[in-house]
Amino acid sequence: MPEPARSDQPFLTGFRQLPPHAEAHGPLWLRRARARALERFHELGLPTTRMEEWRQTSIAPIRDTVFVPVPGAATSPTASELGAVPFGELGLPRLVVVDGRFSLELSTASDLPDGVWAGSLAAALEQQPERLEPHLAQLADASERAFTALNSAMFHDGVVLLVDDGIALERPLHVVYAATSHATPAALFPRTLVVARDGAAVSLVETYLGLTEDAYLTTAVTEVVVGRNARVDHTRVQLEAQAAYHVAEIAARLDRDARYRSLNVCLGASITRNDVGARLDGEGAEAVLNGLYVGLGTQHIDNQTVLDHAVPHCPSHELYKGILSGEARAVFNGRIIVRPDAQKTNAIQSNRNLLLSGDAVVHTRPQLEIHADDVKCTHGATIGRLDEEAMFYVRSRGLDADAARDLLIRAFASDLLDEIAEERLKAELERQVLSRLPRGAASE
Amino acid sequence: MLEIKNLQASIEGKKILKGVDLTIGTGEIHAIMGPNGSGKSTLAQVLAGRDTFEVTDGEVLYFGKNLLDLAPEERACAGIFLAFQYPVEIPGVSNAYFLKSALNSIRKHRGEEEVDAMDFLQLVREKMKTLNIDDSLLNRAVNQGFSGGEKKRNEIFQMAVLEPKLAILDETDSGLDIDALKTVADGVNALRSPERSTLVVTHYQRLLSHIVPDHVHVLHDGRIIRSGGRELALELEERGYGWIAEHSGGSVEASAAGS
Repeated sequence: MPEPARSDQPFLTGFRQLPPHAEAHGPLWLRRARARALERFHELGLPTTRMEEWRQTSIAPIRDTVFVPVPGAATSPTASELGAVPFGELGLPRLVVVDGRFSLELSTASDLPDGVWAGSLAAALEQQPERLEPHLAQLADASERAFTALNSAMFHDGVVLLVDDGIALERPLHVVYAATSHATPAALFPRTLVVARDGAAVSLVETYLGLTEDAYLTTAVTEVVVGRNARVDHTRVQLEAQAAYHVAEIAARLDRDARYRSLNVCLGASITRNDVGARLDGEGAEAVLNGLYVGLGTQHIDNQTVLDHAVPHCPSHELYKGILSGEARAVFNGRIIVRPDAQKTNAIQSNRNLLLSGDAVVHTRPQLEIHADDVKCTHGATIGRLDEEAMFYVRSRGLDADAARDLLIRAFASDLLDEIAEERLKAELERQVLSRLPRGAASE
Repeated sequence: MLEIKNLQASIEGKKILKGVDLTIGTGEIHAIMGPNGSGKSTLAQVLAGRDTFEVTDGEVLYFGKNLLDLAPEERACAGIFLAFQYPVEIPGVSNAYFLKSALNSIRKHRGEEEVDAMDFLQLVREKMKTLNIDDSLLNRAVNQGFSGGEKKRNEIFQMAVLEPKLAILDETDSGLDIDALKTVADGVNALRSPERSTLVVTHYQRLLSHIVPDHVHVLHDGRIIRSGGRELALELEERGYGWIAEHSGGSVEASAAGS
């Protein structure tokens, strides 16, 4: 049902003007961009289900809440507190942002090789704005996406990762965006910029973690620039508080022979909306957009992906898998654009869903927009239930219904999880996926 | 060990088993033969706990206890093993992981200690050697991309590791070449012991020259219409199912025994 237009959106009251840090600080180009973004945000207004791209996702609960930008955590977690939450400590060099403020105390990524700059976005804007200017706010779409515009206007801090030509980071970097408790609903604006220059190689694990039960809003933007022959491996795990809202844009641009690999894992939040885009801008570039979403209760998870083939000879692969129980809803909208020049494109897309209850719903829509004639594009979507025969087979070997169901779900997710090289991350992901399934439901 | 009394079962309202009576003693090997559609596979699956079949009447006692009350996994833990006619493929789960989970689940149920990775490997290597199965099987996904013969062999391998008290082989011989058939038979024979019983469900006599049964039963139209010793299998081989059905007042369309 289309929602009526509303002028009295409580949400907007929190964002009438730029906060002092955005208005008065930072380089001029950024202040200008912020002012434009805020203006654009108010022009666009919040998305409604009358808009094609938001048809299946109502953000009424967000619109009806006054979220307040917070000046950092009231009480920052200690390292051991952070280590105790899932994905808080992965045994990797770590960069931590708590409630939108970079935490030096919790960050451990200090002894990085020469040619790698990793740290606070606010600090980078102070110390070397000229290195950020060509990239920051260049890929994410602040002119058409309201939440991206809002993030661009409001963000205070975040993480920057700059890797110079030919430098390869051996171990993945772990970025933590943690949300803590606040008296009123908090608005958080995590911002991440990754620039892998020509021939660089870096692996990044971004995690969004709720350390509170509160409802809060994360509006996240991550921009990834992959230079010529560079490689970026990007795993993103969203485990926000169950009552939280998470709206994000992930935008990547690939130059010639670049490789970008994204794994977008959605576990937490009551409403999740991700716009994931990769633009293949140089011949021979290869993009992989993978995703895994697990919804239970009344969770709503919306992933919109765009693979934009602008030049010839680029392969892309996309596999999104969902596991839904209770009354959870998921939306997958996967667009593949093949522009007129992009001959010899080879794009494969697949969305597979496993429904564990009769009330879970999936809307899946592959969209191919092909403007070239010599291309190979395939797509497919499936929505199914656990195979009864497989359940019987496993149970007949002695595993009870829950264990059998776990085994089959592990099997379902295995092609995504088995790609993860970091054992600790993989094990935690497996644990989290399985912990989000209803017990005893297999025999219903 | 197993007493089946007047067992009746149907699927989607259609009666398949119409009163099966069968008693299997400890240490015995029984063969159930019959043409397609006689209810052989249904009987095998009902015994293992497949809930797509509804048991409408009769009872099954296993060591004196009501078997039909038990979930499939409880039956497995109590020592029942069904070698599937069509083993299921499980991509993404290795045979080693699957089998270790199964073994430990059963051991746990029996109050035994779980086996660790080392002990497990030692155990399965031994069994693989006996069954002439290549080591690489352990790391392959369960039945995925297996040939028909490999799948059946994998069933027997699982059986060898899980060491059931009652093994039910559901057409384990169908589609096998003679080498695979021999492997399967060797696997079953290796498990033969005074404490174990086997129920071989088959369409053909062929397997029974390798796994020699103590008793042979002919299932036709949901009932056992004739029982005898191993010579009954040979007789069926010679004269077909048609002959026996006629002698029992029924009719059989397919008479493919031994062909």
